[in-house]
Amino acid sequence: MSDKRKELIVSAISNGTVIDHIPTETVFQVIKILGLNKTKNQVYFGINLESKKYGSKGIIKISDKYFETEEINKIALVAPSATLIEIHDYEVFKKSSVRIPQNVNKIVKCFNPNCITNKEDVDTKFEVFYDESGSLKLSCHYCEKNTSKENIVFI
Amino acid sequence: MKNRSLVSINDYSKEEIIRILDLAEEFEKQPRQQILKGKVIASLFFEPSTRTRLSFESAAQQLGASVIGFSSAATTSVQKGETLKDTILTVSNYSDLIVMRHPVDGSARYASEVAPVPIINAGDGANQHPTQCLLDLYSIRKTQGTLDNLDITFVGDLKYGRTVHSLTMALCHFNTRFHLVSPVELKLPSAVKRHIKDAELQYEQYTDMNEVINKSDILYMTRIQRERFPDQLEYERVKNSYNLVNSMLTDAKSNLRILHPLPRVNEISTDVDSNPMAYYFQQALNGIYVRQALMASILDNK
Repeated sequence: MSDKRKELIVSAISNGTVIDHIPTETVFQVIKILGLNKTKNQVYFGINLESKKYGSKGIIKISDKYFETEEINKIALVAPSATLIEIHDYEVFKKSSVRIPQNVNKIVKCFNPNCITNKEDVDTKFEVFYDESGSLKLSCHYCEKNTSKENIVFI
Repeated sequence: MKNRSLVSINDYSKEEIIRILDLAEEFEKQPRQQILKGKVIASLFFEPSTRTRLSFESAAQQLGASVIGFSSAATTSVQKGETLKDTILTVSNYSDLIVMRHPVDGSARYASEVAPVPIINAGDGANQHPTQCLLDLYSIRKTQGTLDNLDITFVGDLKYGRTVHSLTMALCHFNTRFHLVSPVELKLPSAVKRHIKDAELQYEQYTDMNEVINKSDILYMTRIQRERFPDQLEYERVKNSYNLVNSMLTDAKSNLRILHPLPRVNEISTDVDSNPMAYYFQQALNGIYVRQALMASILDNK
């Protein structure tokens, strides 16, 4: 099988966004975070695809949709290695990496069971920071407690 | 500060904190002034607290405001399943300012976002208690003559003690040297230590308070709070960790003052009460003046 054939395992799109190099196990989370399970656009995705760099990867292609930076950065928490490719008329128009955002709203649960966001219908809001050992933490806007990366649960 | 909520002590800058303390000094000289006549203050205590509630209500009434509210959620619509949002929106219709204590962390921040009137947080779960913090700062300044460059020792439950969290954050403005005495299980959380580090200040941790009493300017004792422990076994293990007795103060600095947010159980023996270093009862009285200063600046643009 030629390299060219492999690329076409997930159909090419004429216009839209390709999110490449997603860890296979988080593809469905990415779909949910970006609301692609509810979109009217055509969406193709693949998991367990071969990747020279990562061994196995996932990919998502969304027709006729471009993302705002803030919106796409939400997925950085689960897919920090993801690459974003904008396609215009079958050509790569722009390629970029996702970046961890400064604020994470609505998509992550607060780790503190006694936080108001876990008791009443309140959207979560976090500020992202790095502790002294360099690990990512989310500081809750409401209860002011920190949720560390291992404890992140997506809503 | 007019019409602004106070949820976390971090909502106020250093200058704003000092302004409240200066104003509190004026109220200490003259606590009875009718400057809030005609104002209605709602005092919503979803969780019981005699001291804080009575202090707020007395402070408000001495300024001529009328007070409405409840002292436990048991007799309110909360029992019928009403959400916090609905309670707050309803009470906002009846009052100019809401003072609230609630058992859930972050409830006060949320209330301040939904309420059209300002909110004063009188304690939200294990999170913040900014008016206690202001009265602690007032007490420290009054007894030491300054807030700057002091050796301040916290003893007891530094993990769940919200007064410790608020006060630590506020003291980061004043070049404090922090001494943190607690059982290993009840150390100051990293979220709070982050503030000390961000301010580039020093802290040391101890398990034995005798090591640090003699170099302290303030000894801030706290109760190990049974109600905050998710695990009662953990509480049983640490509940009697600290007991300050008068003989331990023999070689303390003469300016040392002992503070405690009260109520105390057994962490300070009653034989300390008559020592001039014991300041915890006067400390509680100072709560009236800082709460007056706060309500006056929120409602009256003082």
